Amino acid sequence: MAIPTDEDLQQVRSYLLRYARLQLRDAALAEDAVQETLLAAFDRGATFSGKSEYKSWLVGILKHKIVDVIRKKSREQSLTANEDASESEMIEGMFEAEGQWHQLPSNWGNPEKSLEDKKFWEIFERCLELMPARTARVFMMREVMELTSDEVCGELAITQSNLWVMLHRARLSLRGCLETRWFGDAAK
Amino acid sequence: MLSCREVSKLLSEARERRLGLWERISLKLHLMMCGGCNNFRKQLDFIGNAIRRYRDRDD
Repeated sequence: MAIPTDEDLQQVRSYLLRYARLQLRDAALAEDAVQETLLAAFDRGATFSGKSEYKSWLVGILKHKIVDVIRKKSREQSLTANEDASESEMIEGMFEAEGQWHQLPSNWGNPEKSLEDKKFWEIFERCLELMPARTARVFMMREVMELTSDEVCGELAITQSNLWVMLHRARLSLRGCLETRWFGDAAK
Repeated sequence: MLSCREVSKLLSEARERRLGLWERISLKLHLMMCGGCNNFRKQLDFIGNAIRRYRDRDD
């Protein structure tokens, strides 16, 4: 494919939008980032041997656009002491004073099965929305954009140990939500 | 002896950095005895996979 067709473009556009929304949690910002990506791509006018090459090239441009937005946002909204306290309270609520689980994580059996269930994805989306904003952001940078720890720290100007605390909180929050809303019921 | 809170933190960090020898030994010891933390460990793998599936799904 020398030049992508309209259909290719539509398909890849909706992929890029989902990717950007997942990371930015803001439909308008995501839309902007994707438009800028497609414009930049158009300007560069590269040619490709196939669709998947085209797609990963665009994802590469999109990542840069997203990181720009995040950098701007994180400068504007630095964390208030309140937010940090409420996040850490949420985590502390999951453990007893001596550090045992308040409620033991249960056995999810074969959770991969759930990936085929449409209802699971609705719950999953809901749980992503419920993650505290700041922790969700670093979690997505690591797991969705697959940036390295060093890259995330560099972009957000935070320390490694800071990042680890946030990722720990993000993972506890997501798994707790999935257990309560999905796997708890499935186990019953 | 590590607490479950500390173990959950180390299991998360193991995805970010190479743990030290002592950390790995104490983790192993804890996991041998604690079903809850074992479940947590598997759940971390799962949510990592799930989020990428979510990102890449077609619909």
